[in-house]
Amino acid sequence: MAEDIVRVENLKAYYQMNYFGVRREVRAVDGITMTVRKGEVYGIAGESSSGKTSFIKVLAAAIRPPLRVVEGSVKFDFKNGPIDVATATPKQIEAVRWKHLSYIMQGSMSVLNPVRRIGKTFHDFASRPMGLTGKAFEDRVIAHLARLKLPADVLKAYPHELSGGMRQRVTIGLATVCHPEFIIADEPTTALDVVVQKEVLSLIRDIQKEMNAAVVFVTHDMSVHANVADRVGIIYAGRLVEEGPTRDMFFAPKHPYTAHLVASLPRIGDVKQRPALEGRPPNLADPPQGCRFHPRCPLAVDKCRQEVPPMEQVGPDHRTACWRWQDVKPLVGASAPSGVMA
Amino acid sequence: MTTLLDVRDVSKRFTMGGIFGRKTVDAVMDANFSLSAENPEIFTIIGESGSGKTTLARMILGLEDPSEGEILFRGKRVSRHGGRAEKLAFMSQVQPVFQNPFEAFNPLKKIERYLESTARRFLQTRDKAVIDRAMDEALQKVGLSLKEVRGRFPHEMSGGQLQRCAIARALIPNPPLLIADEPVSMVDASLRMSIVNLLKSLRDDLKVSVIYITHDLATAYYISNRLIIMQRGRIVEMGDARTVLDNPQHPYSKLLKASVLSTDDAGDGKLATDPGMVKAAGDLVGQAGKLVARPDGREVRVYG
Ligand SMILES: Nc1ncnc2c1ncn2[C@@H]1O[C@H](COP(=O)(O)OP(=O)(O)OP(=O)(O)O)[C@@H](O)[C@H]1O
Ligand SMILES: Nc1ncnc2c1ncn2[C@@H]1O[C@H](COP(=O)(O)OP(=O)(O)O)[C@@H](O)[C@H]1O
Ligand code: SF4
Ligand SMILES: [Mg+2]
Ligand SMILES: [Mg+2]
Repeated sequence: MAEDIVRVENLKAYYQMNYFGVRREVRAVDGITMTVRKGEVYGIAGESSSGKTSFIKVLAAAIRPPLRVVEGSVKFDFKNGPIDVATATPKQIEAVRWKHLSYIMQGSMSVLNPVRRIGKTFHDFASRPMGLTGKAFEDRVIAHLARLKLPADVLKAYPHELSGGMRQRVTIGLATVCHPEFIIADEPTTALDVVVQKEVLSLIRDIQKEMNAAVVFVTHDMSVHANVADRVGIIYAGRLVEEGPTRDMFFAPKHPYTAHLVASLPRIGDVKQRPALEGRPPNLADPPQGCRFHPRCPLAVDKCRQEVPPMEQVGPDHRTACWRWQDVKPLVGASAPSGVMA
Repeated sequence: MTTLLDVRDVSKRFTMGGIFGRKTVDAVMDANFSLSAENPEIFTIIGESGSGKTTLARMILGLEDPSEGEILFRGKRVSRHGGRAEKLAFMSQVQPVFQNPFEAFNPLKKIERYLESTARRFLQTRDKAVIDRAMDEALQKVGLSLKEVRGRFPHEMSGGQLQRCAIARALIPNPPLLIADEPVSMVDASLRMSIVNLLKSLRDDLKVSVIYITHDLATAYYISNRLIIMQRGRIVEMGDARTVLDNPQHPYSKLLKASVLSTDDAGDGKLATDPGMVKAAGDLVGQAGKLVARPDGREVRVYG
């Protein structure tokens, strides 16, 4: 088995704010422990506002107030040495940014400065880490863009002049041009058409294989994970609730929430609704006691309302945090409500 | 039948100085369709990224003028120009719903502020009781209430609730037409269904027509009456949603359906698309062709 490239240990990161004198704390990441191995694609799934982006910001060492790491560590093992990005100084982070650790943020427009030509943005980000300037730098960038099927002319364009798919390929180009060891991508294909989505996904996979980089891939879209990830982790209300090899997560989930996520995917041809989860995601400023999923869980028992279920090993590479994991039945392909979600 | 919306031979050309020297982009070419006033429907637009969907929506909203052709709403020409009162009257009839509920709302502003300012604008009143009633009515239509929403900040609501609030805001002036540009692309599968069901009930119970722009073929199949498929500025197929999606005819429509990711072989890392299909669709880009009616009622663009 490949070595770990990052070990996340009991990570807690909260948004701590002051609204007109009232202190608020949103516990967006609340005790996540996981590892990512060299050369693997690790998919992170979960519903909106479950804490995916917040977790990924810490992993990517892009922590800005009001978000603060309050506990835990994120230890990378890079070629240029180990680093804990939860406690590293800006200078130490600067030394690994782009060359070892790169981050494709949610919304491709946000990394691309609207009033700066693409070529300038490449220069800003990559020239220094690559140790190249002038013609040598430009040639390398153009060769890299060509692999992404982008013409050299995009370097002269402004972001709004490119289509959504082109912009997304440009951001992937930015994130990969320095051949980093670890790539983090937050919803990189959301809002692309399905043809381009597939193209962009296979591009990410190809580049990842070629460079033997590790990729952490975040999206709420389970069908993307099904086709890209080696392993999938599910976040619910700021916590990792299940993690396992992609196949097992889809065909033998061991957490009721995962079973629901997998079964709720609408398919072409559906003329009636799939079983939906009742209730709403918990408020992270005041999360429920015990298992955070209990108010919506069809299997919940008294114990769930009081005690937090620990992460338990339930198979090779497969962990889950549920008191009743042995009673969880897969619901894949269920056209009528059945099993645990009945 | 009386028409609610009539899109007639509409084209939009952008000129830009940048990428390949001076260049024009034909964002929309020769779009034609109309919506009836009596039979509210969900009219879906699917298509390539950059195929002109948002541009078409912006023209219907009067935010952008067509370069050619015209758009009529209840027989009156839609235009970016015109007086304030006239514009306000038009905007109360055609309302947009934006894509990302988390970005549409400022995290530091209470949600009711958005609803309030829309209500004040369209009702032209400062009477608190009237405004509150309008807000509550709109929220009730989407399964919420002013009581639930009052005092809350965006992060205190779920994505589904926020998107419902965004739709409620659009419903305040009681518009007969909503333009929803990718209202569900940022939300997970179960939220997606609840939003889509809401659009369905707006059509069925409140007789609101919806232009639904999406990349999600499954929800399009589930709620649309008719749909159009766009490729590089052109409508390539148009017709009854289920007829088209069950058995797409145009090469691009076929490619689109074949590219939908499946979970049946989860974990196998299969991402290849049949290169023949990709080529067949790509080869048609740039060719005008023309839309031809088929016996099953759909129209398909044919060439040569
Ligand atoms: N203001 C503008 N100036 C120049 N070109 C533009 C402008 N707005 C849009 N375009 C171009 O028009 C074409 C259509 O863009 P549009 O935003 O309508 O696509 P879309 O179908 O909504 O795509 P997506 O699925 O990515 O949202 C694209 O080539 C785009 O680059
Ligand atoms: N800048 C911010 N300030 C305060 N709270 C925030 C901020 N960004 C996100 N949150 C809150 O943190 C939680 C997790 O959000 P996020 O990580 O963006 O979720 P996801 O990416 O899974 O949709 C949510 O409750 C959200 O409202
Ligand atoms: S611990 Fe209890 S409430 Fe939580 S997921 Fe398992 S059964 Fe449901
Ligand atoms: Mg996010
Ligand atoms: Mg668009």
